[in-house]
Parts: sequence; structure tokens; C-alpha cells
Amino acid sequence: MNPHRRHPFIRIATLLVYGFLYAPIIVLVLYAFNASRTNILFEGFVPAFGPTQMDGSLVTQSPCGPFHWFCELAENRQVGEAARNTLTIAFVSTLTSTVIGTMAALAIQRYNFKIKPFAQLSLYIPIVIPEIVMGIGILTLFSQLFGVINGALGLTGDARLSLGIGTVIVSHIAFSVPFVTLVVQARLSGFDKSYEEAAMDLGANEFVTFWRVTLPMILPGVLSGGLLAFTLSLDDFVITFFTTGPGATTLPIYVYGLLRRIVTPEVNALSTVWIGIVLAAVILLQRLQSREAK
Amino acid sequence: MTQTSEFAVELRDVVKTFQTPEGTTLNAVDHVDMKIKNGEFFSMLGSSGCGKTTSLRMMAGFEWPSEGEIYIESKAMGHTPPFQRPVNTVFQSYALFQHMTIYQNIAFGLEMEKAPVNEIKTRVGHILEMVQLTGMERRYPKQLSGGQQQRVALARALVKMPNVLLLDEPLGALDLKLRKEMQIELKAIQQKVGITFVYVTHDQQEALTMSDRIAVMSKGKVMQMGAPVEVYERPNSRFVADFIGESNFLNGTVREAEGEYAQVYVPALNAEVKGLNTGGVSVGQNAVVSVRPEKIRLSEEPALKMNCFRGQVTNTTYIGSDTHVYIELGGQKFKVWEQNKISSLDPKAYYTIGQNLCLNLFPENTLVLAES
Repeated sequence: MNPHRRHPFIRIATLLVYGFLYAPIIVLVLYAFNASRTNILFEGFVPAFGPTQMDGSLVTQSPCGPFHWFCELAENRQVGEAARNTLTIAFVSTLTSTVIGTMAALAIQRYNFKIKPFAQLSLYIPIVIPEIVMGIGILTLFSQLFGVINGALGLTGDARLSLGIGTVIVSHIAFSVPFVTLVVQARLSGFDKSYEEAAMDLGANEFVTFWRVTLPMILPGVLSGGLLAFTLSLDDFVITFFTTGPGATTLPIYVYGLLRRIVTPEVNALSTVWIGIVLAAVILLQRLQSREAK
Repeated sequence: MTQTSEFAVELRDVVKTFQTPEGTTLNAVDHVDMKIKNGEFFSMLGSSGCGKTTSLRMMAGFEWPSEGEIYIESKAMGHTPPFQRPVNTVFQSYALFQHMTIYQNIAFGLEMEKAPVNEIKTRVGHILEMVQLTGMERRYPKQLSGGQQQRVALARALVKMPNVLLLDEPLGALDLKLRKEMQIELKAIQQKVGITFVYVTHDQQEALTMSDRIAVMSKGKVMQMGAPVEVYERPNSRFVADFIGESNFLNGTVREAEGEYAQVYVPALNAEVKGLNTGGVSVGQNAVVSVRPEKIRLSEEPALKMNCFRGQVTNTTYIGSDTHVYIELGGQKFKVWEQNKISSLDPKAYYTIGQNLCLNLFPENTLVLAES
């Protein structure tokens, strides 16, 4: 018997895995084009272009045709606001956690210090701790801290420190740093220190050595760590839920809010756009990693 | 180049202590004194762990001595960082910057000196010509062969025209043929540029071929320092005689020591052996008689009045230029290299197993060393 012939089980298992993974996404994307506002059953695409017309809960005509819900989405101020918040948080926390995470990875690889075993272990703690525990912990910390500070400085009204976009950014940085550190560490483990010695031998001081030799050589690792932090921040719900405040609604929080009222296809449209963005980031990440592997 | 001193590099009582994983300390370099002359091709030779690479790394500034001081061009180096030392290094792993082209790699050191762009261009072009890599400027290190990468590493260090060039087993990764070619080329380049080369190697042949002087190292200490001919012909210890080339040894007690020669009673032969007293031994002392395999003469009948011993051939190996003859003598196997001076296919022209022969140890070719 040909050992390379595939057993039917493998084919079935493969189909099942892909089915479970991707069927929900396909359904989700399909329902973004649903003509039915209630979005319980798929009742066909919006058939005609023109000023919006409704027939009960069915949209029969829209300026955007089948893309009706995407246009609705684009005009939704709250969505725009939430998207802006999400991206601001993602960019700031990614940038900061990438810098901190890279420095931590370099320090752990390079130097021997007393708390090194603890530092190494502490990287895994935020990864393995349930997110909800982290969320509650951060919330407790912030409210206690702000209470003390506000009391001590006698802050009142708008001057009081409170939960908002700042606290979300800080907590996103906190959970992203370990991921960045671990990714950069993996890259550094194969890094021969003689490259740095060569640079210094040729007259470069520590700073120039880092910029011209170390950083360019570990850059793929730093970038993939950063992209990982970016996607993590983009989808985070649990920790954001605990640390956000008025005016700092992110897309996951907004979608959750919509779901509690009525699930219009607008939510699906929003999710579709979002999947597109995350997918692009993941593809970029993979490209970087495969380049790194070469 | 300013030549304020006769010595390019000087190590004074240098010690380097490392912590072992077991928690004990180890002197990787143990009270080493070394004076390397300007323009010299100086080799540090030893097996791995002898302290040669650590010594080199201390000269480069990657490690600092635990005790003692290193002087480069008569200046105490102390904790001077590598980028402020007038030395450059060729690394064993080459350590070429993978993200830079060959041109950028070689220009790196000159950019650090803030040399004008035009000057960098000329100097890089010039050095590429010297290492025969003209036309490779735009390639990346990975696109070059091992030998070519080795030349780039050399060019990158040489282009800075340092007072001293440090080379850490630079030919270790090359195959034998390429290594031989590069040995000749390196020596030629060194003579052309007149820079002091400090060369680390574990290959005794390489050290003998290229060096003006060799420091034979073991366990962090310099065992002997001298020209290749000195360390080979006049080793100062059994260790050096054994490490460089091959030697036959006989243990015994000194019976007579007058003038240049000493006579040693060897219990295994129940006879006295006479040799040059290079170890400076005196009567009653334990000593080692050392004689190189190519310096022993074989004959059917004794050719000398003394220092002649009979033994049986136990094995022979024909290796082309020589025949290696192994002879049982005093309970040990003596190695004798016989040059094949006659071209013959007749087996009788060569020594055969079982033959009883005389080993003639000429006193002037036999060394008496102190037992260490």
C-alpha cells in the first residue's frame, strides 16, 4: 500500500477543522450583506440602488445597494469615534510596549542581575493569568490609586483623575510587554555577540553599535513583536472593559453594547471591516517571520 | 604610525580570572608576561582553553585583566573600551554585518573615524584590491564563499591601518587547501603593510610557517616564547617538545653533566644516554631525554660508540615522502621517520616488520630536559 495515500479520516478531519474555524466567519461576512434589519435569517441582498426604502424590516433599496450596511456604518459617528479610540490606543500601546519589551529582552539576554530568574518568570505570569483577573486587578489598582491621589491633591470635578483612554493605554502596554519581550528574546537567542564586538572594535561606541548593528539585525523580531502587540490591543475586550471610561469606547466595547440592544447587519459590516484589518496585520506578521527564518 | 617604543603590545603579569559554573574560580590567563615587537608576526599557540583567545580579547578590550596591565604602543590600556584602542580584530566567525554590503562593511570603520567620503572610497577600493575582491562591493556577505568572507573580515580590519592587528584563528573555518593558500597570502600582506600581527591558532604547522615568534601556551601560562626554529629545535620542556612536532621520550636520572652535554641513566634501557643539556640539569636530578623521530638514524650495525640501542620493528607506514618506522625499545614504541631518498618498488628497499635495527641517537640531536 502506498504510504503516501491519504487516509479518508485526514480529509474529513481537515474539513471539520476548517469548517469550525471559518464557517462562522463566512456566515458573519455574508450577513453583513443581509437585506433584513432583524438579521435573524438571511433574506437576500439589498436588490436596488437609490434612496433608502424599507418594506417592514426589509431594506428594498439603498444608495449603496448590497453594501447598504457598510454605508450606514460609515455615517455612524459613534463607530468613527470608537475606531479612532481603538487605533489611538493600539498605536500608542504598541509603540511603547515594543520599546520597553525590546529593552527588557536585551537586558535579560545581556546582563546578569539578581532578579533575573524572577524577571524571566514574571514575563509568563501576565500571559497565563486569566484576563478577567488582570482586568479586575488593574481596575482595583487604578481606582485605589486615583482615590488616594485625588484626595491628597484635593482635585475636584474634571480635574480628578479617572478611567479613560489613558488607563486603557497603560493597561494595554502592561499586557503587551511580555509578548514583545518573548518574541524579541527568541530572535536574540541566535544573536552572536561578536557582531557587536566587531562594531566596537571598528570604532563604534555602544550607542552607534546599537543603532547601526544590533537593531538592524534584530529588527524582524522587533517588528513581529510590535505587530503582535498591535493585534492584541486591537481585539482586546476584557481588560479594556474594566479600564475604560466615558469617551473612551473602543470597537470591541461598542459592538458589545450594540449586541445588547439589537443585532443589525451593521454589526456584521463592522466586524467584516475589522477582520479585514486584522487579517492584513497577520499576513504582514507572517511575511516578516518567514523573512526572519531565511 | 607613531613608533615610540620597540614593543607594540606588552603584557605585564596579566591574570584573568573567571567564575566557573561550579562556583570556583579559574585563571584563564595566569601571570602572563609578553612583549610583542613592532612589525612582528607573533603567534599564540595552544590547545583550546590555554588562554590564547582570552589574552587576545584582553588586548582588543573585550575583556579586562583581573590583575596586571596591558600596554599598547607603550600606553597602559586599563579599562579603555575597544573603540578607543589602536587595534583591530579579525574574528574567527568573521562577524560580518549581514545587513550591509561588502562595501558598507569595510567602510564602517572609516565612517566611525569620520573620514571624508572620497577618502573612504579610495581606501576601500585599495584594500579590496589587496585582498583580491574588487567588483564584490555590492554583494552581501551571504553571497560570498567562506574564503571570500574571510578576506572581507581581514579587509574590514586592515582598512583602518591599525598599529596592531589581532587575528583569532582566522583560518579555522577554511578547508586545508584554502588555509594553506591564505597562510601564504596573510604573511605576504603582513610584510607588505608592516603592521604588527598577533595571531591566535591551535595549528602548530600554521604557527611555524607564518610566525616570526611563537608563544606556546598551556593552562593560562606561556610555556616558551621564541622563533619557530627555537621552539622546535630547542624546546624548554617536555610539554613543548611534545606539543610542537613529535618526540620520543626516555625518563632517567642524570649521571654526568659537564659543559654542553649531560649523561642520563635510563632504567628502561639499563644504559646511559648522552644528549645536549638544554634543560640545564645537574647530577642526581630526574631528567627526560627527548629526540625527534626524523633525527634518529637507523642502521643494521651500530654507527656510534654510544647512544646506540637495538630494537625490533613492530610496524611501518609508507606515507610517500617518508616511511614511519615504529620500533620496540625499552618497553616503549619509538617513532622514527625515514626519508625515502631512493625511488624503488622493491620491498627490500624499505624496513620490514620484525627486523632488528640499531637506533643511533646522535648526542647533538638529542636533548636532555628537566623533568617537569
